[in-house]
Amino acid sequence: MSPTRAGEPRDPHDDGRPRLRAVVGSDRIEEEIFGRAFDGKVVRRIWAFVEPYRRQVMIAVAAVITFTLAQLTIPLLIRYAIDHGMAPDADPRILSGIVAIFAVVIAVNYVASRVQEGVTGRMAENVLFDIRRKMFAHLQRVSLSFMDKTEVGRLMSRLQGDVNSMQEFLETSVLSVGDVMLLVGIVGVMLWLDWQLALLVLAVMPILFGVRVLWIAKARAAFMAAHEANSITNGALAEAIHGVRAVQAMDRAALNAELYGELVDRNYEAHLRASRLAQIMVPIVDSLTGIAMAVVVVAGGQMVVSGRIDVGVMVAFLFYIQRFFDPIRSLTMQYSVMQRAMASGHRLTEVLDVEVSVEDAPDAVPLGPDDDGSVEFRDVTFGYNPKHPVLKDVSFKVNSGETVALVGPTGSGKSSSMALVHRFYDVQDGAVLVGGKDVRTVTQESLGRHIAMVLQEPYLFTGTVMENIRYSSHWASDEEVVEAAKAVGAHSFIEVLPQGYETMLEERGGNLSLGQRQLLSFARALVADAKILVLDEATANIDSYTEMLIQKALRRLLEGRTGLVIAHRLATIRNADRIVVLQQGRLIEEGNHDALIAKNGLYSKLYNLNYASFDDIPEELTEADREVAT
Amino acid sequence: MTTQTELSDRMFRRTGGVDRQQGLGAITRITKMAFRYPGRAILAMVATIAAVAMQLSIPVLLGRAVDLTQAIAAEAADPGPLITVALTLLGVSVLRGLFTLAQNYSAESVGHALARDLRGAIYDKIQRLPFSFHDRTHSGDLITVGMLDLEGVRMYFSTALVRTVLLALLIGFGAWQLISTDPLMGVLALSFVPFAAWRSSVMQLTLRRTWLVLQEKLGVLSQVMEENLAGIRVVRAFAAANHEMDKFDRASKMALDLSHERVDVRVKSTSAMTLAFFTAMGLVLLVGGRRVAAGEITVGTLAEFLTFMTILQMPVRQLGLMVNAYARASTCGARLFLLLDMPVEIDDAPDAKPLEITEGTLKLENVGFAYPGTGEQKAVAGIGFEARRGETIGIVGPPGSGKTTLMHLIPRYYDASDGAISIDGQDIREVTLSSVRQAVAVVQQDSFLFTTSIENNIAYAHPRTDARRIRGVSESAQLHDYVLGLPRQYSTIVGERGVSLSGGQRQRLSIARTLMMEPAVLIFDDSTAAIDAGTESRIRAALRKYASSRVTLIVAHRLASLMHADRIVFLENGRIVEQGNHEELLALGGRYKALHDLQMRPDGDVLDEMEDAR
Repeated sequence: MSPTRAGEPRDPHDDGRPRLRAVVGSDRIEEEIFGRAFDGKVVRRIWAFVEPYRRQVMIAVAAVITFTLAQLTIPLLIRYAIDHGMAPDADPRILSGIVAIFAVVIAVNYVASRVQEGVTGRMAENVLFDIRRKMFAHLQRVSLSFMDKTEVGRLMSRLQGDVNSMQEFLETSVLSVGDVMLLVGIVGVMLWLDWQLALLVLAVMPILFGVRVLWIAKARAAFMAAHEANSITNGALAEAIHGVRAVQAMDRAALNAELYGELVDRNYEAHLRASRLAQIMVPIVDSLTGIAMAVVVVAGGQMVVSGRIDVGVMVAFLFYIQRFFDPIRSLTMQYSVMQRAMASGHRLTEVLDVEVSVEDAPDAVPLGPDDDGSVEFRDVTFGYNPKHPVLKDVSFKVNSGETVALVGPTGSGKSSSMALVHRFYDVQDGAVLVGGKDVRTVTQESLGRHIAMVLQEPYLFTGTVMENIRYSSHWASDEEVVEAAKAVGAHSFIEVLPQGYETMLEERGGNLSLGQRQLLSFARALVADAKILVLDEATANIDSYTEMLIQKALRRLLEGRTGLVIAHRLATIRNADRIVVLQQGRLIEEGNHDALIAKNGLYSKLYNLNYASFDDIPEELTEADREVAT
Repeated sequence: MTTQTELSDRMFRRTGGVDRQQGLGAITRITKMAFRYPGRAILAMVATIAAVAMQLSIPVLLGRAVDLTQAIAAEAADPGPLITVALTLLGVSVLRGLFTLAQNYSAESVGHALARDLRGAIYDKIQRLPFSFHDRTHSGDLITVGMLDLEGVRMYFSTALVRTVLLALLIGFGAWQLISTDPLMGVLALSFVPFAAWRSSVMQLTLRRTWLVLQEKLGVLSQVMEENLAGIRVVRAFAAANHEMDKFDRASKMALDLSHERVDVRVKSTSAMTLAFFTAMGLVLLVGGRRVAAGEITVGTLAEFLTFMTILQMPVRQLGLMVNAYARASTCGARLFLLLDMPVEIDDAPDAKPLEITEGTLKLENVGFAYPGTGEQKAVAGIGFEARRGETIGIVGPPGSGKTTLMHLIPRYYDASDGAISIDGQDIREVTLSSVRQAVAVVQQDSFLFTTSIENNIAYAHPRTDARRIRGVSESAQLHDYVLGLPRQYSTIVGERGVSLSGGQRQRLSIARTLMMEPAVLIFDDSTAAIDAGTESRIRAALRKYASSRVTLIVAHRLASLMHADRIVFLENGRIVEQGNHEELLALGGRYKALHDLQMRPDGDVLDEMEDAR
């Protein structure tokens, strides 16, 4: 049943007994975390988001340079103070003067560091939010078929994780400018002070660079492993929490605890290893610092003795040594940040580049209150994949104020018809007309106002009942919302909620029953007060009592509007003015209930099977008729 | 009991506070736990002391080197001692590195060991706490306890405790060393310490507080985005893109403003600390310079003071991290221990033995139950019936009549508050919980699938089963054909991060994995609602062979699902109002009959009649 895959880890529970089919948590479907360190195309795209903050970038870079210069000046001032201000015969004004300059430098340093960190920090946050907004806005426009086949979790990780690593990158980028400056500056000043001593001391630098480059590859693998072990362990915990009822119901707590224990142990090992690798750098850097200091003491001391340099220069060297390992550390870190950012940036641009397939025509006109509520399909052919049309040459018309029921077995194209009325997709052939106008010639916004839609699965948002019913119909007053709720029969249960209409619906209305959520979504459509109502009836089995309420609400909802209903319930179908029967993408019958019964076709056959709903009809009973349609 | 409930409700929420007493208790407890690893903990402490000693000797050695150099230059003395100082400096630096390594590594490893123990304990506790606990606790809050609070506790030893020792020694001995050399300069050199320590603590505590608020705001933002994406059809249907962008912008702005505020707090503090440090340095330079000029101290001593300040700078600036680590450990620890100390209300009775199934008879006597916090209002009351092996009982009634509640009492998801439930004469509260759960299995209405392969999901209760049996139950649940159509068949990963199944497919999978348990009592809790009638009737036919060797209870809205039952119980307001088989109940002409009529004649007119009749 499940052939052992090559490279599959051996079952640690392999003890001769049958294979243990049990895991806790799951292997994460990880994405590539590091990309190339530099990807020109990605950088250009990201730069477009930084561009508006050009001034801030310039200010920040100027501040970084000023800050670095101030940092470099301090040991030099100490040097001058020692060599010229402290000799027994020195003029005391020299020392005071140097300290006064010192005061100015630290004041400059203070201002520069505030500006640098403040401006960079704010800018990086702004860019992060801008990128996220652009992506979110873009997702509002991309085609629904893209949204259908993309997991929400995946998009969320673009909007959060990837955007965050861009922010980290931007923030550290400006700081790396400072690091490079500091490094170059320290080397420059040391060479300037005494090139021979400087070369002797700087000899340790290539060693440190070399060691770090070797180390970082190994360390990164260990850090990644620890990170991954952590997310696997946390994933297993999250699963245990979400699935706790299933775990207890099937009495798996003991085995799960054992399996989880293995994950925890592995996580522990991975972290210890990462910790060892992180700490190993400490004695190396300290030893190299020790060597550099020893060199300054011996060689520098010799030079002081020989009168080649002043003792202040030696002290200044000792200060610079304390500083020059920091920039090397941050710069090697920056490399990883950059690689991560490139991988994220690449994924971000992928989202931003998703094609927008349905757009307003340049000369699109709004549908107005003067346009009627008719819907017409004219020889419509449509398929999500144009090679496999799900609707073939379908034509029918719903007159203003009429209710038409769309019926047919699963896969007959009912839902696709509904999506086309709202122009979720564009047809390949023919045209869909709303209010007498081709939907491709009107603005999507006005089309949305003209049509209200009720989906099969009621979907609510976190927020109050009031907000949910009103949704985007900002014009509706509280009274109108209550009126709508009363009209669909939702008022009575809303009233008894703890805060009535102000009750927060938690986790998308999880505190309401399916039937109640359905009624709220009806009320939402009623408040929108559109001329046309498109409705996909729920198929799930709701208890008969709620079902009754829903049927009444539906009748109220359709009063005075054009209705296009994907009907599953016989009651709904029989109440429709006309019935359109679809099968395998073709319209095969049309007429009212009595006419269709008289016709003795598919409808009459389905009806006579005496099921309460067409969806209940076993497939094999309808299959025979497929021949007719194709 | 109630206080415990309220406490947990309040505590697990992030915004809820932790009182001082609990915080201190938590700190003590974590400290004690850390010394459960005495070897590593003591090594960390000893290494810290040694590292500080090395750290402190570096400025002294540098000062000596400067003085020696000057002396040699002045007197043209032997340069030999300079080499000794240089070598000592090198040795001390290497040792400082090694001791710091030992300190950090052992401190971190104590933290990781602690985390390992706590993870296991948390997981086990969460899995064993009863349904009633999980009903009142947000899953997100528990996840936070298991991830963030755990992290706060893990960091305690290295970031709070070891750092305290480090700073106390470094500042203490350093101050003594400096002040004994020159009191005025010593005081000046250390003058930045109190200011920086205070600023740093204030900053970290502010950042921590605003971090919690920021997380909340970002939570709102991600909720807006996630709900938008998941409900994109509704958004499009109402042409509500502008409305959604407004929502996004509002949430986004709140988070952005707070982020800016946090940047400002950080920048203000760090630059003020730097300024304080350099000001102290300038003063030392001024006073020290005058003294050097006056011949009171040597240049080496001045250099010693200055290097010492440089060394002290970083740890002092990070003092806030230490303060924060204490604050974090106390609140995180308090929450974590609250969870670990939570009593498990449904557990094995002392000396409980496993349930022994003989006749396979389920008996309910005068069973009643009220949810906690609902007072005297019973969800079910006075329920009594008996079912023998091979019998099928249907349970029907309007929404909220207590059907599911009653079903949850039989496997002890909740304990009945009145009456008794027994299997073969053994009260289910007196035998082991594990044996009850194996004997009574429920197919839930909305079942949780684990993110693993289909076969692992089916074999969930019996992970050592073979492929043949997996296939068998899968066929009975009418799942097999569907699975064969999947690219990886039984190895296909389902669940949250796998292939998403439709409601009906989930229910079929849930039926299959429950059949795998071969329970003595098999309960279907409205578990076929999303399955079409045709498939359901085939499942029903396949289940006949299972029904003969156990008690089957079926809760359903669709009468077709249960009218074949040996007996049907009609519940209303938690009580049995009608009982009998299908024909008997129809003949009775009561509520069951009315429901039956409603379902068989779903025409509009009947709706109004029903409405009037009610």
